[in-house]
Amino acid sequence: MSPRPGFVLETDRATPPTLFWHGEGWRLERLPPGSRIVYPPEPMEAVADPDEAVRQALAHPLGDSEPLADLLRPGMRLTIAFDDVSLPLPPMRPPDVRQRVIEAVLELAAAAGVDDVVLMAALSLHRRMTEAELRHALGHRVYEAFAPHGLLLQHDAEDPDGLVHLGCTDAGEDVEINKRAATSDLIVYVNINLVAMDGGHKSVATGLASYRSLRHHHNVRTLQHSRSLMDEHRSELHTSNWRMGRHIAASGIKVFQIETTLNTDTFPSQFAFLQRREWEWSGRDRATYLATSASLARTPARLARSIFHSIRSPHALTSVQAGEVEAVHARTLEHVHRQHVVPVEGQTDILTMGLPYICPYNVNSIMNPVLVMCLGLGYFFNLYRGKPLVRAGGVVIMSHPTPWEFHPVHHPSYIDFFDQVLAETTDPLEIEAKFEESFATDPWYVHLYRTSYAYHGVHPFYMWYWGAHALQHLGAVIVVGGDVAAVRRMGFKPASTLRDALEMAADVVGPDPSVTHIHAPPLLLADVE
Amino acid sequence: MIREALAGTRIGVTGATGFLGTAVVERLMRSVPGCEVLVIVRPGRRGAQERARRDILNNDCFDRLRDERGAEFDQVVGSRLIAVAGDVGVDGLGLDDAGRELLAGCRAVIHAAATVSFDAPLDAAAEVNLMGPARVARTLAEAAAASGRPVPHLVAVSTAYVAGTRRGEVAETLLPETTFATEVDWREEVRAARRARHDSDAVSREPARLARFTKQARRELGAAGTPLLAERAERIRQGWVQERLVEAGRARAQGLGWPDSYAYTKALGERALLDERGDVPLTIVRPSIVESALSEPYPGWIRGFRMAEPVIIGYGRGLLREFPGIPEGIVDVIPVDLVAAALLAAVAKGPDPAGPVVYHVASGAKNPLRYRQLVDLVRAYFTEHPVYDADGQPIVVPQWSFPGRGRVQGQLQRARRTLGAAERVLSALPVRGRQAALSARLEEQRNQADRALGYVQLYGAYTETEALFRVDRLLELWSQMDRSDRYDFWFDPGAIDWTTYIQAVHLPAIVIQARVRSSGGRREGPSRAERGRRAVLSPQRQLAAFDLENTLIASNVVESYAWLATRRMGDGERLRFTLRTLREAPALLALDRKDRGDFLRHFYRRYQDAPAGQLREDAWELFSWLMLTKAFPAGIRRVREHRAAGHRTVLVTGALDFVIEPLRPLFDDVVCASLGEAHGRLTGELVHPPPTGEARAMLLGAYADGEGISLDQSVAYADSASDLPLLEAVGHPVAVNPEVKLAAIARRRGWHVEHWSRAPGGPRPLLPLAPRVRSSA
Repeated sequence: MSPRPGFVLETDRATPPTLFWHGEGWRLERLPPGSRIVYPPEPMEAVADPDEAVRQALAHPLGDSEPLADLLRPGMRLTIAFDDVSLPLPPMRPPDVRQRVIEAVLELAAAAGVDDVVLMAALSLHRRMTEAELRHALGHRVYEAFAPHGLLLQHDAEDPDGLVHLGCTDAGEDVEINKRAATSDLIVYVNINLVAMDGGHKSVATGLASYRSLRHHHNVRTLQHSRSLMDEHRSELHTSNWRMGRHIAASGIKVFQIETTLNTDTFPSQFAFLQRREWEWSGRDRATYLATSASLARTPARLARSIFHSIRSPHALTSVQAGEVEAVHARTLEHVHRQHVVPVEGQTDILTMGLPYICPYNVNSIMNPVLVMCLGLGYFFNLYRGKPLVRAGGVVIMSHPTPWEFHPVHHPSYIDFFDQVLAETTDPLEIEAKFEESFATDPWYVHLYRTSYAYHGVHPFYMWYWGAHALQHLGAVIVVGGDVAAVRRMGFKPASTLRDALEMAADVVGPDPSVTHIHAPPLLLADVE
Repeated sequence: MIREALAGTRIGVTGATGFLGTAVVERLMRSVPGCEVLVIVRPGRRGAQERARRDILNNDCFDRLRDERGAEFDQVVGSRLIAVAGDVGVDGLGLDDAGRELLAGCRAVIHAAATVSFDAPLDAAAEVNLMGPARVARTLAEAAAASGRPVPHLVAVSTAYVAGTRRGEVAETLLPETTFATEVDWREEVRAARRARHDSDAVSREPARLARFTKQARRELGAAGTPLLAERAERIRQGWVQERLVEAGRARAQGLGWPDSYAYTKALGERALLDERGDVPLTIVRPSIVESALSEPYPGWIRGFRMAEPVIIGYGRGLLREFPGIPEGIVDVIPVDLVAAALLAAVAKGPDPAGPVVYHVASGAKNPLRYRQLVDLVRAYFTEHPVYDADGQPIVVPQWSFPGRGRVQGQLQRARRTLGAAERVLSALPVRGRQAALSARLEEQRNQADRALGYVQLYGAYTETEALFRVDRLLELWSQMDRSDRYDFWFDPGAIDWTTYIQAVHLPAIVIQARVRSSGGRREGPSRAERGRRAVLSPQRQLAAFDLENTLIASNVVESYAWLATRRMGDGERLRFTLRTLREAPALLALDRKDRGDFLRHFYRRYQDAPAGQLREDAWELFSWLMLTKAFPAGIRRVREHRAAGHRTVLVTGALDFVIEPLRPLFDDVVCASLGEAHGRLTGELVHPPPTGEARAMLLGAYADGEGISLDQSVAYADSASDLPLLEAVGHPVAVNPEVKLAAIARRRGWHVEHWSRAPGGPRPLLPLAPRVRSSA
């Protein structure tokens, strides 16, 4: 039986309560009759033999590219860049797809007699990966073959000797990327394309770039004109990255792009109810729901967090394509869309969402309030093509505990951003003009980014900008069940129940509003007409 | 009559910097335009003239005269007020020839100098109160003889309570003529008082006692280093001697029938004066309890915190729930302006040729204020105008039940014992930060109980007194006053309306004086914490020194060691290591508490033969996994704020150089410990003495000198009493999450306190062990 597509349910009095993610847990909420719930499509079928699929993709590249084996020769300089810990979400059960692909690439390289091979985590301004995370992504065999010899690197966007400026695009954007990669005869970039935003020219132009280069597209103006971030044809962010990618190619840097797509089989079988439609819950699903909810209520927050972060997703590979960047990415998008797209008719006054415990920037870490904002308004709000799910002047209601908590090692600049910047203003443009530079160039943050496991000093700003379009578009943002002080600090309204939140929202959008709930994760992409 | 009688004369005043003395000087300057005033003051460092300006003329007592005279004030006062250096505590008053000459030229001298504290040490009270009047008389006689002028009239201020705790009427007669005269030889009492000082001092220097003082200093300050401990122990010793003398004074006074050493020494002072005065013409004026002015220079003028004020304010703040007293007993209060006026009337009248006379200046006989009435007035006042607590909430005043003194003392003593025990328990626990602040609160409550007990012991007698001071002679003097005198120099106690005086004059004045909060709600402007923060970050500061452990990071050298040691261990080895370390922990802690330097020396030996290169490499992981994980983000931010403000930032720590290496970029400079190295392995021995205790202060001092930085303009952050030398070395000390001892010290000294915590929600590893890493084997 083939997987069922996503669909939109209109609730009535008989509709069972709807599952809302709520950080390290969930709630069952009853939406008003007549509300719409957007359900994601069921997970697509996986490729039968992933290793074989990878080998085939490398041997039969797309676009104007020779097979990988033909690009490899003795004496060449090869850099294999790979997506970092922010993908996929949650981290997948071993073997990670990066491990499969890289092992296959290394096999070809060894066969071709390539000696100068370096693996490089494409961190951009993310934190460095820990040894355990690298081992998880690459497998012990690859890790031990490279790490002890200093051949497993992590991109350092602040290494004064490790970057090369490739000039500017015709739009005047600086293109500055990792020197080792830029001076290689071939860059093989291994992607995990979890959502439509990932991959394409963004891989190298962002993943291996410096702050100097990133600031041309990671800024408020660009992000306010990326509508949505999941729709590259209407996204300034992508347009800029594409200009840079083409500039990089024109500079003579050869990139062999490998993109992989995963299905939405997101949670292990013991949490199967999380990806089932509520009225189809079996007795066993209901029992698990009750049991896990009850035990979570008794579990200390810290422990609950570590339990959730140990979830390994059964994600399975649905496609792999390799070759020239744009041709590969076009094919990838087809696969991503097939898995994610749900047609939705018209916009809504109020968009509700339950935010889970994880986003790309808190793997093995803490989802701090800034990340809650980014996940809700940067990611979930942007899960659309065409028009936003919620109308201009509408309201987003997010459900998340939003604790006033921060990881001291991973998010040091977030702490100061929250305490100092947001205390003064929440307006992205003002924040950008007044504070970005000082955080971005702060030597202590730079030191922590380079030597510890900290996100770059400017990263919390990017998180805030990610939601800039939503902030501009919406009439209000309400957080259900969040830490009141933290929610207010971000300029949002706190509510203790969904019912209260809906009443508050009605004050903004008027009486008898239309309500739409986005039932994710698993992820989806709403095609709004 | 008074104005005319005194015009063109010179009046001497002792004790002019005191409450009554200031009032007398002001009244002379304002109401007797023609006279000259000679004040005998202890010169201090700045000289007599300057002292008189600062401590007399700058008092708000002179505000009225200043307003009336405007620009002329300085000239008028300058030409009429003569200050000479002197001290009634030494024979001859310590005057020089010029001073004696000036003194001899006085028409009268008002001797108002006294140790008014009811709990002054016996010897001090004896020197000033007992010997003072006789010394003044002798000096007057000598000076007059030397200059060949008539001997000035001596008007000595005594106290009505020289009558002791007696019942019934007390007439205005010289002590030897009264029926209740205590027959003691005042000369012998003076000798005994001096001997008591000597003996107590000798006892305080016995080895066992000195050891106790040292132990107490250590208990208070912890491992603060030898110089500070020595200084503290010496202060404790001096305090102990002082306390014994206070106790000796109180015991002797009460044994002889006086309420306290003040009344006792004043009484003997009168006797000494009569014995020693020779032919100096003498008048004795005995006021009762002198309180704020009724109308001159303005209603409510008061100087210093006097007898009844702490009790009343203590009540208003809800600290003193009971005060013993007899409801129908008389509280004999007299406003200061009435006393000053009476003194001047006595001066104007001149000595009685028949011999010394005595005036009572008291209210009880003519216009009694009953204790119940006083309590009702005070209670009504504070009910209508409550004092507010720190949170802006009004404090409800308790209803007094007029209990006996014994019961109140019993209650207070029990409260004090309970609080003291709670405090001791808490101080023995390794708490810091807000818990330590709780201990500081307990300490404050105990101090309050102590103070309340002190008030009861000291002043109880005054609310229980059943003596009635007759004022016949005073009223006779009043009857001789003409109209203008009565206008300018009112001293008839019958005219006081107690309700108005207490509620409209006295209480508002002392509420302002005590600076208690008299309005509710949130305070305007920045909070105390905010002001403290601004002060340390002010652009004028030049340097900020930081301790590391528990100041910036909730970790210590033991944890760093444990982390580094376990980084490359297998499971079994880790377990053995953990058990061993746990077993050693108590001994290590004890050593650390005793002497930080010894502890570090001892502990760092464990690094002997450790591979230096590998440790340096691992320290970078330690940085992320332990140091940053346990860091206080607000503390790290503060370091950076100091740098942004242009201050130099220095880390001063006993931690090892390779451990703090990753933290270096945070600071301009680092002072830390380092171990010797041979053949790539650590020797386990320190290269330099570790920067602990007073060595830190010295290192910081040397550093500041070298950089041309003023320590007064420097800030230091530290968490424990062992850092006291560092904190005391700078002008702006900050106690961070202070442990109990430092919390108490910071509170007492008004230091800025920061409560920094680890990142909320951050990882909390149970044991400081490195994460298990799959070995590459």
